[in-house]
Amino acid sequence: MKIFTNPNYDFVRWRWHAIALSLVVILAGAYLIATRGLQKGVDFEGGSIVIVKFDQTPNIPAIRNLFGGDAVVLEYGPRANNEILIRVKRTGSEIGADLSREADKVVTTLQQANLGTFKVIGTEIVGPVVGEQLRKQGLLATVLAMAGILAYIALRFQFSFAVGAVVATLHDLLICLAFLAVFRYDITLNVVAGLLTITGYSVNDTIVVFDRVRENMRSMRRDNLTTIVNTAVNQTLSRTVITAGTTLLSVIALYLFGGEVLKGFAFTMLVGIISGTYSTVFIAASLAIVFQGRKPLKGQPAAAPTATRPGRRRAS
Amino acid sequence: MHKNLRWKLLSIVAIFVIFFGLGVYPILAQRYSLPAPGWLKAKQLKLGLDLKGGVHLVMRVHTGDALKIHTTTTSEQLREALKSAGVNVSSLALTSEKSFKVEGVPQDRDAEFRRLAEEHTAAQYDRSAGAGGAYEFTMKPNIESDMRAQTVVQARETIDRRVNELGVAEPNISTYGQSNDQILVQMPGVTDVARAKEIIQSTALLELKLVESGPAPTREALLQAHAGQLPQDMDVVTGPAGDGDGTVHYLVKKIAAVTGRDLRGANPTIDENNRPAVRFTLTAEGARKFGRVTGENIGRTLAIILDNRVFSAPRVEGRITDDGRIYGSFTTEEVNDLSLVLRSGALPAQMSYLEERVIGPTLGADSVRAGVLASLGGLAVVVIFMLLYYKLTGVNAIIAMSANLIILIGLMAYFGAAMTLPGIAGFILTMGMGVDSNVLIFERIKENLRAQKGPRAAVKEAFERVFLTLLDTHVTSLIAAAFLFQFGTGPIRGFATTLTIGLLTNLFTSIFVSRTLFELVLSRRPATAQASARPLSI
Repeated sequence: MKIFTNPNYDFVRWRWHAIALSLVVILAGAYLIATRGLQKGVDFEGGSIVIVKFDQTPNIPAIRNLFGGDAVVLEYGPRANNEILIRVKRTGSEIGADLSREADKVVTTLQQANLGTFKVIGTEIVGPVVGEQLRKQGLLATVLAMAGILAYIALRFQFSFAVGAVVATLHDLLICLAFLAVFRYDITLNVVAGLLTITGYSVNDTIVVFDRVRENMRSMRRDNLTTIVNTAVNQTLSRTVITAGTTLLSVIALYLFGGEVLKGFAFTMLVGIISGTYSTVFIAASLAIVFQGRKPLKGQPAAAPTATRPGRRRAS
Repeated sequence: MHKNLRWKLLSIVAIFVIFFGLGVYPILAQRYSLPAPGWLKAKQLKLGLDLKGGVHLVMRVHTGDALKIHTTTTSEQLREALKSAGVNVSSLALTSEKSFKVEGVPQDRDAEFRRLAEEHTAAQYDRSAGAGGAYEFTMKPNIESDMRAQTVVQARETIDRRVNELGVAEPNISTYGQSNDQILVQMPGVTDVARAKEIIQSTALLELKLVESGPAPTREALLQAHAGQLPQDMDVVTGPAGDGDGTVHYLVKKIAAVTGRDLRGANPTIDENNRPAVRFTLTAEGARKFGRVTGENIGRTLAIILDNRVFSAPRVEGRITDDGRIYGSFTTEEVNDLSLVLRSGALPAQMSYLEERVIGPTLGADSVRAGVLASLGGLAVVVIFMLLYYKLTGVNAIIAMSANLIILIGLMAYFGAAMTLPGIAGFILTMGMGVDSNVLIFERIKENLRAQKGPRAAVKEAFERVFLTLLDTHVTSLIAAAFLFQFGTGPIRGFATTLTIGLLTNLFTSIFVSRTLFELVLSRRPATAQASARPLSI
């Protein structure tokens, strides 16, 4: 069984089209985020969530009416579970033990409305201070992790490659955010875990191609960078597709059977893996070429091949 | 079989068995009640709160409270010293939680004032002189930061004792966040959230203070004797009236005769009317202080104040040394809880809740079931694909990946790292990279075979070359994981921990285990040119 036999597609030729396509998606996402805003979950914005389980099928419209416009009422998990999530943006004050006031109010309101017997199975109350803290620290950790990746790739490969890899990773994160905005997913800690996973996946994917480019630079010294990169992308193509395919299959399993808590995470992964594979093939190496410009490459002779340096001679 | 190869195989089997025993076996043992030694059961892979159910609280310690208490005490000591030396100042009052101001020091007593100030405050407060005999005392910055840090540590220890007395199994109580004044409390399996919160958060600052005047029905009535002005060394505290109806006010000294720090123990008891009460005993030092105060003040009343509220104000009938009773209108449960918090010591400052999460046990169990089901489903898909695509060689990948999972679970159990939902995300990324490593190697072998290299050379070269690729991809991810661990909070850290362990085990299994398996297969073919020409089934 084979997926590709000696593939030889001219991916680099399509780089400007690919970059344009990505920009369109990212800009559309940015526009959506700017106008409608990302739906930050209580983890990052603060607020109260109450999850209740009814003994019989809950009357969701009646519950929505009960809380009016300032609460979000959702089915939680499959319908047969009779579970409902109620989210309000407010919390009690962060003084003493007052924080749970709004959540308690939700429960009391629900009890007084006589809509059937229920049990509270979970609450999440995050005050503004912790929300702010989680937001800041998550961002700081991600930015520093990116800087670390940039430094390592610049050291092991070239600076232009490092920029290409980091831009490709940011590209995947932005695409994920755009899709999360379109499909109105809450940005929760689990979604952030998904975004971090995508960062790892995307960088891994990109490095595999760069590694091949680095190898080809030594064996294909007479060719220009565009050819070298194209060859590398083609040589790694079946690996890229197999890895993406198998990972995608397990993430689909997670999305379908992983339960309500993992839904946002699985969705992020789903978008991220597709975007990560696409960016590996079309964006990362192409950007490296763009950033490299006309500068000579490490490991390649500067201009016209002068005398070969000792120790660098290779039979090729 | 090659001797070298035999050793490799043996060590792989040994590692496999050890980690299986550490990680997977205890889980199976519990589920199917198989025999397992106690220490192994204790080491079983822990589930995080989000999977197990329980209470997760983040609280802030108002460290300023501790500074205020210290500044008050220091200024009152200076006041006493000035009084007994006959240095009369026009005022002495707190200006903030870490500073106080003295005004109107007589010119002729300035030297004496400086000497006393030096003696009582110089170690911890900076002094600056103003015009007209005014002095401002401000806590030194290093003392302030030490005291804030110490307050958080004390609060953490106190909460630790209280949670333990509540009988919570495997709680996690630690300082949290980057601002250094937050405490994380995680209590698996706790369902009575309201009571747990109450017990953790009650300051339980017990103070016994001499009553100067009162009880009086209003603050104004109380201060009439002092021309409506609150004397600077006194405080007004309130409590329920004797008949249980309404509130009465007491004028008490600012400095307590005895505080909760002097307590040795506290237990539920009953008062003379058979109502629940709390009996406390004092330490030797506390008993000495209490004996002196009660001995000198027979006939006066002593207010028993808990968290700034008077519970009772009995008359001192005689010299009391080492025990006392707190009574009021308590229920039995209140008395039990009050004894508990008094025993565990007062919190050094007030606490506020910043984050509360309660995960019901059913919710956690649902997540585990769904997560495990989905992961198994995903794995099954990967296994089927690998077998279809790579045929027999796929078995090699499946063995390498299973070894990876088993070692990962074993290491996590060994290090006591808990499995959380973000941890599952780390697991999935590890599995993804595991598949990727194997695919990289297999594809490279295929390529080498196409280039008409013999199977041995093809395998050898593929592993040598792919090792470099894997090194770069894994080191990059490790760098990212290290930053996430260092600068991220709880859940992000969980992700980083799993990922780090997973990356290391993956490097080991995909290079060492997988290569040994290839060598095993190749060693069964005769190393002749003829055999080499036979294609490797990949």
